Amino acid sequence: MITLGHYLTLSALLFVIAIAGIFLNRKNVILLLMCVELLLLAVNFNFIAFSRYLDDPTGQVFVFFILTVAAAEAAIGLAILVVLFRARRSINVQELDVLKG
Amino acid sequence: MLPTEFAPAFPETVLGLGICLVLLVDLYLPARWRDVTYLLALVTLAATAMAVSDIGLSGTTLALGGSFVADPLASFLKLFVLAALATVFVYSRAYLQDSTYNKGEYYLLGLFAALGILVMISGASLLTLYLGLEMQALALYAMVAFNRDSPVAAEAAMKYFVLGAIASGCLLYGISLLYGVTGTVQLAEIAQALRAGGADDAVTLVAVAFVVVGIAFKFGAVPFHMWVPDVYEGAPVSVTLLVGTVPKVGAFALALRVLVEGLGETGVTWEPMLGVLAVLSLGIGNIVAIVQTNLRRMLAYSTIAHVGFILLGFAAGSREGIEAALFYTIVYVIMAAGAFGIVILLGRQGDDADELDDLRGLSQRSPWFALVMLLLMVSMIGVPPLAGFYAKWWVLAALLDAGQLWLAIAGVLFSVVGAFYYLRVVKLMYFDSPAGEAPLRQGAALRLTLSVNGLLVLALGVFPEGLIELCARALG
Repeated sequence: MITLGHYLTLSALLFVIAIAGIFLNRKNVILLLMCVELLLLAVNFNFIAFSRYLDDPTGQVFVFFILTVAAAEAAIGLAILVVLFRARRSINVQELDVLKG
Repeated sequence: MLPTEFAPAFPETVLGLGICLVLLVDLYLPARWRDVTYLLALVTLAATAMAVSDIGLSGTTLALGGSFVADPLASFLKLFVLAALATVFVYSRAYLQDSTYNKGEYYLLGLFAALGILVMISGASLLTLYLGLEMQALALYAMVAFNRDSPVAAEAAMKYFVLGAIASGCLLYGISLLYGVTGTVQLAEIAQALRAGGADDAVTLVAVAFVVVGIAFKFGAVPFHMWVPDVYEGAPVSVTLLVGTVPKVGAFALALRVLVEGLGETGVTWEPMLGVLAVLSLGIGNIVAIVQTNLRRMLAYSTIAHVGFILLGFAAGSREGIEAALFYTIVYVIMAAGAFGIVILLGRQGDDADELDDLRGLSQRSPWFALVMLLLMVSMIGVPPLAGFYAKWWVLAALLDAGQLWLAIAGVLFSVVGAFYYLRVVKLMYFDSPAGEAPLRQGAALRLTLSVNGLLVLALGVFPEGLIELCARALG
């Protein structure tokens, strides 16, 4: 029997993988964008599981909004990526070091 | 007139329609008529402000199924955001006119960000708040990369985007857990469900921690501040000006709605978390600002320190503390707008003049604007009789009333440390000889607004009662 706990564990795992991916990745900016998407999908998983568990549609509605926002976010992210590549001829994360936050 | 159900969202409707109009007009205008876009953007802001003042400072109305609220606080913050954005546009126009990227998109994206902030201010459910936040954030990401030929701006935009996306992710994860334990996303119902008990305290604590992380990211509080200096330095000055001012009001609204209205009276306490973030921000912000040689980076770390003070107000955990945080936010935005206005004034075509050395001998080049900058810097230190003094004083008083002695001591201590780098700016302006004789940027609107901005800091310091009372009434 798959319970709510299993879904939440899976979602937490996905969330951790996404965060780890963003911080461990030293090579490619596109991987960062993929990790950001995974992050939002992990949250969606949570919402769906809770929505089913509580028998309440709000969570599913929320997921639709998150999906829409994620699409817009991916568009902006890729646009910035194109600008970055045109200006620097590279999308290597390690070369993003002109500014030292 | 709109049906009653939509009436509280009338200002947002006006702004949305205005944005469509500006977008269409800008599309068909030749580049030399860019000022039309600028004027239309200002008219849109004015029309929105009129729609807000129509709602006024009285009564609380819920709309759109309880996910949108129009209350005195919302009206007050919205009017302030609109006025601040208009000021930002006036400064930015002077900058953009001399740049190679004088595009109408600057005003458009600025208006979109404002729409997001307005929605956020009126958010009564986590969904509304999230959508407003994303709308603002997406517009700002695009703005940072606005100068497409600058590798630095692209890098800053990418960092801002990735860190901002992580912040949204953390906030959303917290929201999903809150939804799980309370079964609703309406803030009022969440507060009710948590007060009634029965929710799992451990899960609620984790949820609150994630939400606080998300909010701290948006504020730029330590240890989630990495994007602030990079964005401030890398973006075009006009964008730095916008990112450094108006969104702080949005972040304040987000913190107030979620933490105070949603999670205010629960078994879980977020005050200590904010206290830690506040002290870290004050410490790192003030100390790292000392070693900066770039004026924009210095202002970035000074922002982090001021955010620390705003969070101290929240950490007091009392009504007075939140009023103080509101007052501080307003005063901070006014001071930051003025300081970046001076950066724009110093710059010229092809040279941003944003190093500290560019301020050398400003008192000889322009005694009046050196005085304006002096007022702003001294106000940021928190010296009476300037507005910054009352902001700091009120936060500290609230902390002492709440018995948070150590937080108050940290606040005072780090303010003294911070005085050093503000006074260095004053020293450069008044006691060093000018490096060059490059003229300051012209433009009557820029100079007039900047003068008013500087005098406002003085006026609010001499007569703070009006704004203090407004803050209390907005939250009352």
